[in-house]
Amino acid sequence: MKLFSKTLVALATSMSLMVAGASSVNAEEKKEFKLAWSIYVGWMPWGWAADQGIVDKWADKYDIEIEVVQFNDYIESINQYTAGAFDGVTATNMDTLAIPSVGGVDTTALIVGDFSNGNDALILKGADSLDAVLGQNVNLVELSVSHYLLARALETLGKAEKDVAVVNTSDADMIAAYQTDDVTAVVTWNPLVAEILEIPGANKVFDSSDIPGEIMDLTVVNTETLADNPAFGKALAGAWYETMSIMLSDTPEGAAARAAMGEASGTDLAGYDMQLASTQMFATASDAVTFTTSESVTSTMESVRTFLFERGLLGDGASSPDIVGIAFPDGSVLGDEGNVKFRFNADYMSMAADGSL
Amino acid sequence: MALSRSGRLINKHPGSAAGRLLAVLPFALLLLAYAVGSDIRLSENPNDKLLPSFSSLADAVERMAFEPDKRTGDYLLWVDTVASLSRLGGGVLLATLLGAGIGITVGLIPYARWTMSAFIAVFAMIPPLAVLPILFITFGLGETSKVALIVFGIAPFMMRDLALRVSELPSEQIVKAQTLGASTWHIAWRIVLPQMMPRIIDALRLSLGSAWLFLIAAEAIAAQSGLGYRIFLLRRYLAMDVILPYVFWITLLAVVFDFILRRYQVWAYPWFVSERAQS
Repeated sequence: MKLFSKTLVALATSMSLMVAGASSVNAEEKKEFKLAWSIYVGWMPWGWAADQGIVDKWADKYDIEIEVVQFNDYIESINQYTAGAFDGVTATNMDTLAIPSVGGVDTTALIVGDFSNGNDALILKGADSLDAVLGQNVNLVELSVSHYLLARALETLGKAEKDVAVVNTSDADMIAAYQTDDVTAVVTWNPLVAEILEIPGANKVFDSSDIPGEIMDLTVVNTETLADNPAFGKALAGAWYETMSIMLSDTPEGAAARAAMGEASGTDLAGYDMQLASTQMFATASDAVTFTTSESVTSTMESVRTFLFERGLLGDGASSPDIVGIAFPDGSVLGDEGNVKFRFNADYMSMAADGSL
Repeated sequence: MALSRSGRLINKHPGSAAGRLLAVLPFALLLLAYAVGSDIRLSENPNDKLLPSFSSLADAVERMAFEPDKRTGDYLLWVDTVASLSRLGGGVLLATLLGAGIGITVGLIPYARWTMSAFIAVFAMIPPLAVLPILFITFGLGETSKVALIVFGIAPFMMRDLALRVSELPSEQIVKAQTLGASTWHIAWRIVLPQMMPRIIDALRLSLGSAWLFLIAAEAIAAQSGLGYRIFLLRRYLAMDVILPYVFWITLLAVVFDFILRRYQVWAYPWFVSERAQS
């Protein structure tokens, strides 16, 4: 029995070490970092920058190593980051607040890469005005930015979610779903939007260009890791804006970069350029700084957190949207100042703008 | 007893108390590992969502099962359970009828065997999840396609299994019945089917695991309620405090169904069970 209890303790310890091992990537100074990204128009630059050695070049400059890992599943990449397996991840402002920040992982928006300017859209079958959506089943990925877009669209009509019926539908099956008779309204994102709009009878009645700046595509990192290792933030910002200057230039090099990104996301140069047209990419760090430090970010986060709070996504104990604090570059805080878990930080983008990286 | 003294490991049996203790052991170890892991993670980050504490799991159960949802007023766990079980029940029932009907026909009638058995063997190998868009366009996005996915997932296996079981029946039985003047229909109905009933239960027990898998996959794709729907929805927010009790509940339901089927088999077909025990 003694041997038995010893074995039991050993087993439990080794199992818990395994668990703890995954969570110990944050804190203290270190040399190796991991960034997770997933396929989306505004995040394709990470894959290309890693392939081209741009990330390695900047990591070498600061004497660190950065492993860039592609995920096929966006949510899984955020979950892995939240669980502590990665130091940084690509995510929207809404998902960053709802997953890592609500999960207690203090997270900094290091790079505000773009905002969706038409990439997310509400499409109706055989009707071309927004108010036709009332009373319909709407297929979308529930609790995603699509759901948020629908809520904002209904607000413009003075209506609410109870005026439609939301059907949770996987993005992977959205195009097939649209082609069935019982689906008459969908909210989704590109490249699915473009694909569906090619089907006769499909009408875009509301898209993210109607709420400009509200759906931001960010590269976020663990706040503690960043504080202990500014080199990680500098290398990422440096690599990102070097990539931007190449890919958004009107040169053969730029076209080749965009073609490679298009191919990696399952389309081509023309397809990728079309998605870029409905994405407000910040070509220069100073544009990104201007946007990030503007008032509109605060009002956007106010409406995002209200959306999340109303759906119980700020935690079940949350009595008001103030439970999680959101800090902005000017030092102001929305919500609980003692529990800031989401920080917009323009410092690293400013360094890139000043050329001081 | 002489054998057990020979000291070989294969001859050593635990007493009944020790046996029970051993059976509980892996469960206890799993719980312990969870408790320790959860403790470590929560001490680093009190809001950690990956391995919630037992008390937050209990809170989530309380909220999902015994309090009406704030937005809809429904008791979500029960609404989800009813939705999922009616899909599972429909799919499994249809698959069993198809499996038994076609399986017995193919096993008994040479013309049916020549026509169908190669086709079923190939059809059974198609992964249903890979042809989902075709299922959607054919059956729509509603309940029908969810039931259809379960049927496509498990019926081919049941057909093949039952055809095989029919062909294992001693040919003397069939010959004897014919000398007594039984028609094909009589033989199928009076000789084969009664002997297949307990074997249908076996096939059903083996298929239930896959049926759950297909149910959850179907609910992940398009749904408004269901156990799989809730798990995939909340996975977006890493709400393991709700997901883990749901997983436990699904496991419990599956174990209970398996138990009921086994007990029913013992009760209704004692000849089959005792025959199997002898062989």
